[in-house]
Amino acid sequence: MSATDGNPIGFGRMRRKEDPRFIRGSGTFVDDVQLPGMLHGAVLRSPVAHARIVSIDASAALAHPKVYAVITGRDLEARGVAWMQTISADMQAVLATDKVRFQGQEVAFVVADDRYSARDALELIDVEYELLPPVVDPRRALDADAPLIRDDKPGQTDNHLFDWESGDRAATDRVFEGADVVVEQDLVFPRSHPAPMETCGAVAQFDVVSEKLTVWCTTQAPHAHRTVYALLTGLPEHKIRVVSPDVGGGFGNKVPVYPGYVCTIIAAIDTGRPVKWMEDRSENLMSTAFARDYVMRGGIAATREGEILAVRVEVIADHGAFNATAQPTNFPAGFFHVFTGSYDIEAAHCHVTGVYTNKAPGGVAYACSFRIAEAVYLVERMVDCLAYELGTDPAELRLANLIRPDQFPYECKTGWVYDSGDYERTLRKALEIAEYGELRREQAAAQARGELMGIGVGFFTEAVGAGPRKHMHLLGLGMNDGAALRVYPTGKAQLSISVQTQGQGHETTFAQIVAEELGIPPEDIDVVHGDTDVTPYGLGTYGSRSTPVSGAATAIVARKVRDRARIVAAAMLEASPDDLEWEKGRWLVKGDPEKCATIQEIAMAARGSVELPAGVEAGLDAETVYDPPNLTFPYGAYICVVDIDPGTAKVRIRRFVAVDDCGTRINPMIIEGQVHGGLTDGVGIALMEQIAFDEEGNCLGGSLMDYLIPTALEVPDWETDFTVTPSPHHPIGAKGIGESATVGSPPTIVNAVCDALRPYGVRHVDMPCTPSRVWHAMRGSPPQ
Amino acid sequence: MQVTASVNSREYTRDVEPRMLLVHFLRDELGLTGTHWGCDTSNCGTCVVLMDGEPVKSCTVLAATAAGHEIRTVEGLAVGGVLDPVQVGFTEMHGLQCGFCTSGMMLTARALLDRNPNPTEAEIREAISGQICRCTGYATIVRSVRWAAEHRADS
Repeated sequence: MSATDGNPIGFGRMRRKEDPRFIRGSGTFVDDVQLPGMLHGAVLRSPVAHARIVSIDASAALAHPKVYAVITGRDLEARGVAWMQTISADMQAVLATDKVRFQGQEVAFVVADDRYSARDALELIDVEYELLPPVVDPRRALDADAPLIRDDKPGQTDNHLFDWESGDRAATDRVFEGADVVVEQDLVFPRSHPAPMETCGAVAQFDVVSEKLTVWCTTQAPHAHRTVYALLTGLPEHKIRVVSPDVGGGFGNKVPVYPGYVCTIIAAIDTGRPVKWMEDRSENLMSTAFARDYVMRGGIAATREGEILAVRVEVIADHGAFNATAQPTNFPAGFFHVFTGSYDIEAAHCHVTGVYTNKAPGGVAYACSFRIAEAVYLVERMVDCLAYELGTDPAELRLANLIRPDQFPYECKTGWVYDSGDYERTLRKALEIAEYGELRREQAAAQARGELMGIGVGFFTEAVGAGPRKHMHLLGLGMNDGAALRVYPTGKAQLSISVQTQGQGHETTFAQIVAEELGIPPEDIDVVHGDTDVTPYGLGTYGSRSTPVSGAATAIVARKVRDRARIVAAAMLEASPDDLEWEKGRWLVKGDPEKCATIQEIAMAARGSVELPAGVEAGLDAETVYDPPNLTFPYGAYICVVDIDPGTAKVRIRRFVAVDDCGTRINPMIIEGQVHGGLTDGVGIALMEQIAFDEEGNCLGGSLMDYLIPTALEVPDWETDFTVTPSPHHPIGAKGIGESATVGSPPTIVNAVCDALRPYGVRHVDMPCTPSRVWHAMRGSPPQ
Repeated sequence: MQVTASVNSREYTRDVEPRMLLVHFLRDELGLTGTHWGCDTSNCGTCVVLMDGEPVKSCTVLAATAAGHEIRTVEGLAVGGVLDPVQVGFTEMHGLQCGFCTSGMMLTARALLDRNPNPTEAEIREAISGQICRCTGYATIVRSVRWAAEHRADS
């Protein structure tokens, strides 16, 4: 084998550099961090959804021989940290002082010798609650007699959070009034949860001499966390180091700052000992960032011939007890207003009303690119409802309305400028792979036999890579990311980046970006991430932003190194820099390719004694910060085939064809893996997963026995393919791929379910399409 | 209480609480942190280890129960520094992303291949159906196990 072990020097399929440690069990996740003298924390949580705290008696817990401390909201209040600001600029209780506002809310934090004793001590804390009526149904949150949840907020007299609009209401209504066909449909995108396999947790260590705080934390955004911890605790930011070691899946769940992290930090400072806190699965499902929870009434207007004219939607958004939605702070409904989807239409309007309820805070996680999952679900279901009413084939209806290639860059009616696309080509490819015509014939035969076979078609456009400083921010922080590249004398390199991996394979793909630009084998490039002390500032990995933002920074910093190498090479070759040309891995003299210098030779010379022109510094190192000029807009066409058992109403996914376009492809193997994972998310969301509540606000999805996640038996062998339409503004033409499939698959699956139920006259079934829901839909009775 | 257990062919004796779970015994007492923990209800399977060659969820086995049995964890998959074909298969076929469920998946795969050296896709899916992966969508895990079946150490 060569030095590169058969791997590409640049883009292409390559085994991951991360894998050797994981297959040996030697990864380092937060719970694997063991420090001398470390104590263990546990959180006492509210058993009820809404109640006033009358008293907290921790004396019995404090008397436990292995307990070091019990921290309550009053203790935090005394030091000004009982409340913290969320990314959505609301205030969230770290530990409850006045009321509990959702079941599972943090009430006290116990610190003990070991994790079992900490849990034991929770049982010894006596909290007296005065029960209050809860607000559970977001549609009733604004009723005049609804109990007030956020009486802590000055001037807040109801459960209203925000009203937000995009598009042109008057123009849209005019199109609807004049349209041949108008279809309206109520749609609920239920509350779901990312449930990464590793729950959330932290280890905090405070060095009393240097007054430096180190926090190992399950975070997708270590730099943003450091800034938040500094602002919250008053510790100077340079005295805080946040380390996000190996992270066992994120999917957005690990973007927010959680009360448990803050308590762990406070406990470490107070006790002078390292403190570890890892939540259990129920805590993860009941208290950390949920996803979706949009109650929508959608409308679509079209001509009789099937030209889509306008889309509109009214949304009630359930944000839970605190608005802790992790998304650009100035977009209260995230990027939901990309709901016009992939279609060229005349008018569009959305109106979102955010409300508080007595449920866990959060609101955007789970691989949805800031509410684009909701947006795509809306438009793709509405298009299918229109096809149903028109009696048109859903694939034909889409083909007739997709934005054409010559319309790009395409500005949609809510202001997004889609960068590039050839939608029809991608959809036709998916139809061809699925053998769509044959499938329809097979379906007709199956229906004649009384079988329920459904074919779902879906098309989505994503908007990822947040984002341009001029458009968006997180709590005032611009959403830019950095990259720093150091090239050592022997030609080996270290790239440090501000984003970090939770499984996406940054250590591999980012090395491949440098390899493509410089010709240094990826094996020779170490990618450093997840440690604020040694990486450039940036906002982290979520919303499929790593490749669009930090990937761009990486390409640019590599090009800076290449430009510096040119000057050094010119000195080495005694030529003018203008007379050199680049060939991957080396600079050579134009017309005299024998005269050349490899990047490795140049690296050595740059640190050696070659005489450099005046003003040129030694070495090749460079650093950059990337401000994306626009988002990137990956897209895809999906086709799903389902069979529904007429006796049990159980939906089985027989086939799933996914053709994705994410522009330039860095590592096809990793891209395929990202798509597979997202499709599986979609199966869970469409058929199985729901964080439901009873009328008292008790969470009914608080364990993996109740919150059902797909196993290998619920998903088919995925059929994936691709087209390539590079982004014109990204340095390497790449678009994000992390969330495409999670966004695109739920409506495709529901479209398939509804297609199968067409003989029953069913136009829509809300997710999750459980056997019970489907059974009731088949019988025309309301869901139970 | 004193518990003596054989883990990866080595005897360990530790003084632990009777209620201590095997997963915590392995992780906290022996420092074998390749075995992970992911739920409270024995649903996720990220804690799977082999007990006398059979996959068990180590969150539902007491450390005390493990006494007298041979436990094999991910740290014991490679023998003599040579990776098990399952480990190589997971790398070759992209059977892992975040790496959290990987240890348990590989051990289940090892047990499956030990009793069925040439499993079908359906048999592999059945074998890992007690374990959850949030990243891969399972297809590449199936391919990884097939790769291992096709590249047996003794062939």
